Amino acid sequence: MDLSYSPEYEAFRAEVRGFLEANRSRAPGHGGNGLTWQKLLIESGYAARTIPREYGGFGGEPDILKSRIIAEEFARAQLSPGLGGQGISMLVPTLLEVGSEDQKRQFIGPTLRGEMLWCQGYSEPNAGSDLAALATKGVLEGDHWVINGQKIWTSTAHLADWIFCLVRTEPDAPKHEGISFLLFDMKTPGIEIRPLVDMTGAANFNEVFFTDVRVPAHQIVGRRGEGWKVANAILRHERGSLADPNVMQSRLNALIDLMKAETLDGNRVIDNPVYRDRLMTIQGRVQALRCNDLRLLSAAVNRQSAPLAGMVVKLQGTELRHELEGFAIDVLGELGLLYGDTPRLRGGGSWQRDYMYFLGLIIGGGTSQIQKNIIAERGLDMPREPKLAKA
Amino acid sequence: MEFGLSEEQVMLQDALARFLSGTGGLERTRAFAAGKDRRAPEVLQGLAELGVTGLIIPEVHGGVGLSLLDAALAAEQLGRFVAPAPFAATAVMAPLALIKAGDAGQQATWLPRLASGAVVAGVALSEITGARDGAGVEARDGRLYGRAQFVVDYESDLYIVADRARGLYLVAADAPGLTRTDFRTIDATRPTGELVLDGVAAEPLKADDSAAALRAMIDAGRVMLAADTLGAAQEMLDHAVAYAKGRVQFGRPIASFQAVKHMCAEMAAALEPCRSLVWYAGHALDHLPEEASLMACHAKAHLSEVGTFVARTATEVHGGMGFTDLVGLHYWFKRIGFNRQVLGGPQAVRAEAAALQGLAA
Repeated sequence: MDLSYSPEYEAFRAEVRGFLEANRSRAPGHGGNGLTWQKLLIESGYAARTIPREYGGFGGEPDILKSRIIAEEFARAQLSPGLGGQGISMLVPTLLEVGSEDQKRQFIGPTLRGEMLWCQGYSEPNAGSDLAALATKGVLEGDHWVINGQKIWTSTAHLADWIFCLVRTEPDAPKHEGISFLLFDMKTPGIEIRPLVDMTGAANFNEVFFTDVRVPAHQIVGRRGEGWKVANAILRHERGSLADPNVMQSRLNALIDLMKAETLDGNRVIDNPVYRDRLMTIQGRVQALRCNDLRLLSAAVNRQSAPLAGMVVKLQGTELRHELEGFAIDVLGELGLLYGDTPRLRGGGSWQRDYMYFLGLIIGGGTSQIQKNIIAERGLDMPREPKLAKA
Repeated sequence: MEFGLSEEQVMLQDALARFLSGTGGLERTRAFAAGKDRRAPEVLQGLAELGVTGLIIPEVHGGVGLSLLDAALAAEQLGRFVAPAPFAATAVMAPLALIKAGDAGQQATWLPRLASGAVVAGVALSEITGARDGAGVEARDGRLYGRAQFVVDYESDLYIVADRARGLYLVAADAPGLTRTDFRTIDATRPTGELVLDGVAAEPLKADDSAAALRAMIDAGRVMLAADTLGAAQEMLDHAVAYAKGRVQFGRPIASFQAVKHMCAEMAAALEPCRSLVWYAGHALDHLPEEASLMACHAKAHLSEVGTFVARTATEVHGGMGFTDLVGLHYWFKRIGFNRQVLGGPQAVRAEAAALQGLAA
């Protein structure tokens, strides 16, 4: 057990801090522009750090601790850590792993620089938790795939330039082996996007309809029928990233500030022992998840495994965050009901918004119930539900 | 950066697990619970031979000189095997009191005997972590008066008693004026009781800052109880999963029903991060002085809540058998219940956590 960083890493931390101090005025929100900031971060090795230079990255050696230090220092300085989104977080790692050389050269650079925005075409109305049941059809006609079907929960589809999409291309194969992973331009004729307004009032998602959409045959990642494997290579990564305990810590700090500032019958809410007990309960749980995160970081650095510790992050993290936001609403009482453009609004309505948004995340990215199946079956080695006999 | 156990620490856990399962495990615990003896000398002897009684005592005093995290790992194993053995007070809190507040003579007299297991020491400070029934101890003219309840490791030869002014005193179990009254609690593995002190001649621990030593004792004691609960709860979860895999109803193992699977997954999801919390809190006791008290409070309170949830849910997974003495799950259930209340229940400990951060009114 040694929680200190070696001098090499302390020096690196100082370097990152120096960079952030010197360049604060170039960051978005401080006078700078998002795309030029991203370019600067890549050149300096603070974004796309381990992605090879020839594909538009910085070309650094993978170093989990340095990545962590960068994330911590950007959070501490409250400056943008560069562009995110599903293209950068999901497609780029996928292409690096299984993409062709041409695909890597064509797509990774523009995606990293923010010139190409992606959306993810996975879920369908009848393929949610049972994603492999997806039915959007792709038929090879000459040198084009012809695609028909519907996707749902497609965030940023209305903004995206391209989509990475799971399509059933082998209708006679078993369901996990009949899917292919295709890339195509969202301006291709035959694509219709309908915004899906969610309970927060925002259109965070879309429905996307495909009618005879023609996609060049070579825009497939991996081979025909390998799409499930390709997609799964990185799904676990998405799950963990939905529940970062360090973000939770800053939200908890905001909650404590709120309880110090708000009054009930003239007394600060923090001085009420009932509310305070609940705060401390939540703080204890946040601490447990932060320690769990430290264990996962250390396991990754030292090439050890802590599978169960990783499997519980999405379930525990999203449930706790939803509870934390809900408690903040209780702290505010009637004031917690205010939402939208209204007098006496607190925190820009963020407590209600995140309370609802995190219910969405409890469901999205593998529901809590699916997470429990994973923990039980893969973590505790309990048997799967027997398959129903075909009628 | 390494947040994990060393090879030596894993070996310590394995050695202790081998010894505790070899002493008869649950059968030994049953015999202890049913018998009249309030000590299990052969278990204590075995722990002494493994170095567990002297784990944190410096080598110059006959101990092993390991850390409080190592002690927490030992406590976890004791909870896992519901071992009928004193530990939190005699192996951790009492040595800490002597190390931090004792003079050279007191250390030389008592630490080697604690390390060897020749002397068992209990700790009487329940009035500092929450006085009930008006209990409390006062010191007047070098003598102690009053009552101390729920002594940790009560079946002892020596007590370390805290008075209301947060002074620490050594009291021999056979000191004139000391009356002991045995209690029976739900947890038969850890006898407790009360001390009535009527002008007992007591030797003060002489350090200038006994309040700091008392704080360190409470912090460490809480982490030990949290670790004990971690081990007990993990064992209950393991039992529940194994039972569910073997128990067939409606023509299939009940482990294949999602209702049962999800109960087990919820236990695992709540418990797994607790392991890291206990490690961190144990590490903080020795290395992170600014965080130690707060993390000890969080570990104690959070493990109490998760332990209670696991104790109840694991019992439920066993169906009716979980409720019986035959399966014996209740020993773990009760041990977790005991750990929850001693040295401050979760509400009291959380109130302290808030005060430590300057959040209390």
